[in-house]
Amino acid sequence: MKDLDIGAVLREELGNIAPEIDMNSVDPYLDLREALDIDSMDFLNFITAIHHRFGINIPEIDYPKLTTLDAAVSYLKAKLG
Amino acid sequence: MAEFRMPSLGSDMEAGTLVEWLVKPGDSVKHGDIIAVVETQKGAIEIEIFETGEVEQFLVDIGTKVPVGTPLAKIRTEQEVNAGIDIKPSQEALVIEPPATMSIAPHPIWPPISAVSPPPTIGRMRASPAARRLARSCNVNLAAVVGSGPGGAIIFKDIERQLTAATMTVEKKSPKGLDLDAMRVAIAAAMARSKREIPHYYLEHQVDVTPCEAWLARMNATRPPESRLLMGAVAMKAVALAVRRFPTFNGFYVNGKFEPSSGVHPGMAIAIRGGGLAAPAIHDADRLSCDALMASMRDLVARMRSSHIRSSEIADATVTISSLGERGVDALYGVIYPPQVAIVGFGKVVARPWIVDDAVLPRSIVSITLSGDHRVSDGHGGALFLAEIGKLLQEPGKL
Repeated sequence: MKDLDIGAVLREELGNIAPEIDMNSVDPYLDLREALDIDSMDFLNFITAIHHRFGINIPEIDYPKLTTLDAAVSYLKAKLG
Repeated sequence: MAEFRMPSLGSDMEAGTLVEWLVKPGDSVKHGDIIAVVETQKGAIEIEIFETGEVEQFLVDIGTKVPVGTPLAKIRTEQEVNAGIDIKPSQEALVIEPPATMSIAPHPIWPPISAVSPPPTIGRMRASPAARRLARSCNVNLAAVVGSGPGGAIIFKDIERQLTAATMTVEKKSPKGLDLDAMRVAIAAAMARSKREIPHYYLEHQVDVTPCEAWLARMNATRPPESRLLMGAVAMKAVALAVRRFPTFNGFYVNGKFEPSSGVHPGMAIAIRGGGLAAPAIHDADRLSCDALMASMRDLVARMRSSHIRSSEIADATVTISSLGERGVDALYGVIYPPQVAIVGFGKVVARPWIVDDAVLPRSIVSITLSGDHRVSDGHGGALFLAEIGKLLQEPGKL
């Protein structure tokens, strides 16, 4: 899956969590929790959505590797091979 | 013929304002359908119907505040519909004019906590009930309206004309979602009442939650994301068990006395995106496993965030738990939600140097606070209650 596609899916899922924010305007290098005002339950829902969309079960210990959109794309790209 | 009535959504609710109909006369409805939106002190709530049949006629105007139990609509029951009993054409129900019987309905004195703005002063102004209601709902001062009815009385059309003339932008409520402005008014009313009536006292207790974090990490390591636990679920379980031991923090203060609740139904304070707050209850949280509690919390947050709060989900919370989350502050001191008598606050978990067995170690610390009602409990009991929560959090596996 291309970077663009992964990014688009992530933006879509984040859009479900923070519907009032224009995901295309979100800085990919900003901490998602700060940029979107999401809490631990929102983040868990995001991780759950990734699990469903990509079939990747992200362990808690890897959460810090997904704090920005850019980092999340890189992480998933590596996992998807 | 059945009646769809203004439901009671809590012991403190005396009246509600009909904000919107989601059906129209002639529509078929079935048990569990959401057919109306009502604004209460707890925010805008979607109201379900428990009859199956057909909407016959609306009995109350949009924007009207009516006491709990007031019939809002007539419903032809399934049997009547099947039997082909035709009562009358439904078109006339589109003219939103309440039947004469409405005026006989007991008119309670609104409590000072009324969530709507006070009606404009009307003095001895002559105006029809429909005109008064419209004026009230649109904040039109009757004194500024020229009446065209009998004897110069102000009628419905006069208010309509006034609204058009003044080109007032009457804000349209969004069809399904929450009205955040209405919710702010409701929060303001409830919190002002709380600060006016409840003599709060505040306590803070710092608790080492390192054992909790370790337990959660261990539990979650082998679980897929959808069944992982968060600290919030463990915290809620601990509070639910603690209030069972300390019942003076679980219940309602009504009519000058405290009524402890036999069930433990903690309200979970949930921030609404865009500004706003609600605290729906999780029933019998003390008897749910941490997993079941977590599932309930996720479901509740999802419903709340997607603006689908239903009347059956807004139950009477017996105590409130508030947490500002991991990006929050060290401690929060909540305002008690009347008629409850306590609110427990969780700050964010922070790494702190802590003395454990004569050695200074890095530990995960959380500040747990209690805002208590001095009419019901004292600081001494409050301290024991917080200590109990802290103790329970030391052995999360036993919760």
